[in-house]
Amino acid sequence: MDKTVNQKAWFLVLPVFAIVAFSAILPLMTVVNYSMQDTFGNNQFFWNGVGWFKELLDPSTDLGERFFASLWRNLAFSGIILAIEVPLGIVVALAMPRHGWQVAACLVTMALPLLIPWNVVGTIWQIFGRPDIGLMGYALNSIGINYNYVSNEFDAWATVIVMDVWHWTSLVALLCYAGLKSIPDAYYQAAQIDGASRWAVFSAIQLPKMHRVLLIAVLLRFMDSFMIYTEPFVVTGGGPGNSTTFVSIELVKIALGQFDLGKAAALSIVYNLIIIIVCWVFYTVMTHAGADRENNPGSA
Amino acid sequence: MARIDLADLAHTYLVGDNLPPEAYALKPVSMTWRQGGAYALLGPSGCGKTTLLNLISGIVTPSHGKILFDGKDITPLSTRERNIAQVFQFPVIYDTMTVGQNLAFPLKNRGVPKAEIDARVAEIARLLDLTPHLKRKATRLTADAKQKISLGRGLVRADVAAILFDEPLTVIDPHLKWELRSKLKALHRALDLTMIYVTHDQTEALTFADTVVVMHDGRVVQSGTPEELFDKPAHTFVGYFIGSPGMNIVPAQVSGREAVIAGHTIALARAYDDLPRAAKIEIGVRPEFVHVAPMAPGLLAANIERIDDLGRVQFARVRIGDVKFSARVPEGFSIPGSEAGLVFEPSRIHVYADSRIVEGQSLEKVA
Repeated sequence: MDKTVNQKAWFLVLPVFAIVAFSAILPLMTVVNYSMQDTFGNNQFFWNGVGWFKELLDPSTDLGERFFASLWRNLAFSGIILAIEVPLGIVVALAMPRHGWQVAACLVTMALPLLIPWNVVGTIWQIFGRPDIGLMGYALNSIGINYNYVSNEFDAWATVIVMDVWHWTSLVALLCYAGLKSIPDAYYQAAQIDGASRWAVFSAIQLPKMHRVLLIAVLLRFMDSFMIYTEPFVVTGGGPGNSTTFVSIELVKIALGQFDLGKAAALSIVYNLIIIIVCWVFYTVMTHAGADRENNPGSA
Repeated sequence: MARIDLADLAHTYLVGDNLPPEAYALKPVSMTWRQGGAYALLGPSGCGKTTLLNLISGIVTPSHGKILFDGKDITPLSTRERNIAQVFQFPVIYDTMTVGQNLAFPLKNRGVPKAEIDARVAEIARLLDLTPHLKRKATRLTADAKQKISLGRGLVRADVAAILFDEPLTVIDPHLKWELRSKLKALHRALDLTMIYVTHDQTEALTFADTVVVMHDGRVVQSGTPEELFDKPAHTFVGYFIGSPGMNIVPAQVSGREAVIAGHTIALARAYDDLPRAAKIEIGVRPEFVHVAPMAPGLLAANIERIDDLGRVQFARVRIGDVKFSARVPEGFSIPGSEAGLVFEPSRIHVYADSRIVEGQSLEKVA
């Protein structure tokens, strides 16, 4: 039997369409509008075409230089935290208990950092790292390490990275734990029978079975760290100098600090496009990997 | 290659001392599995057969007793050290590996030289018809091909003490089940390995094994050839569980060479004089050895409730008083009405006291 064709169903989509239009499309169009214009205040705007975009993507200009510097900085940050959080999350998940009350205790403890608001996390670490009153900063300085995240670039980076690892490794670990829990006991028993070493069990069973949750974890952590704003802003304010000024911090500086709405709007759009493209690539990779598993072409 | 002895082996999943017997998933059992035998471990779900299998392979450590391979106590050894192969109910495949790598995995882990691995993998792949797939990723195969790989990983080691199968054909299509089962049987003959095959399907057990071990409620109730289990069930459970339809087991008063069911006397081939008085006495007779006949004086009268046509044979469901009974309908026999007589073969009637068989004195001895 053919499916009934009923175009009236589109009316059911209208409310959602209206909400999305108001909440996302209209504001985005405002940004597109700003990105084509220049303003000197007084609500007076001048047409600038794609001028801001040209400037933004040309590293020889001031805007372009700032944009690319913050972009590389941000990519480096995302790369570093992924390189730490993913292996660390896997190790933590492997070490977590499988049975008994310890499971609940572990899960609750690990979920705690995830529940703390960003600016509170920033404040915690801002104080924790202070050389005068912060526990970590004071302790490090008293054992002879000259640590000061306000004046030293390396220290500032280290603080921001350690803070992110502290805040988000739990997420990776919890996702991996869920992946590990879904492996039937028979796999471990078969591995014992087959005489597999601990490493072989990990590489032949656990890692392949965690493959999908790991992709999700990497996607979530990449997006979050690529858009990071609050925590480094609260701890370092983007400094010392511009050393921890990530794209979003640069964006706010341009938009609200200098009130260059046109430049900021152009940057927003490019920033947004980068995020959408990365999302799309991840989505394609994930669905492709999924289809790979589900499409059993048989033993022909 | 080994003889496996179980000495007073028992297991409970609960923790504590002085547990009641019901707490044991496997009640104490002592038995021997001879080298090269094809065994089936048959019983309903939850009877302890998988527990027994996991005890032999070492996945589970027994609460009591010992396991000996060729007289050597291996109870404290881990699964890895035991040199045993096991195939599970659902296919276990190493996703990232090809079919060939999957088959080679148990050998590689044991440091077997590469040339030997290749030869062995090629042989097992040939036996299981997996040769065309050796280079393919194992995840892309169908469930039955995956299960063949699991079987192959069990068979690939030439030196195992035994191969244990835990209901390995559950996920396989019926027409492939036949094929795989006969393949296993052929492999058993070709490789001279001890195989223990767990199943709750009597057809599977009876076609695969030369010795069937029937388990019920954590106990081994009988171990014997398929013929022995059919002809002389040692326990009413065996009579009931094996055979389709199962054995008729009815309460009766037995004295000497006569049994009385619902006021009617049936002759027995053996004499039962000293039955325990307190025990529950039942007689058991397979439907194959009772047939319906037109009602005549001297026959046990029964009401026919329905006829089940099993293709080759027909069985009548009859009722005598409150007692239900199955009986064979002879070929060409047409049922005159709802009333019929039952004709028994006396030598096929067994007497059970508290569910266990009682050996009667044969006629010659009495005379």
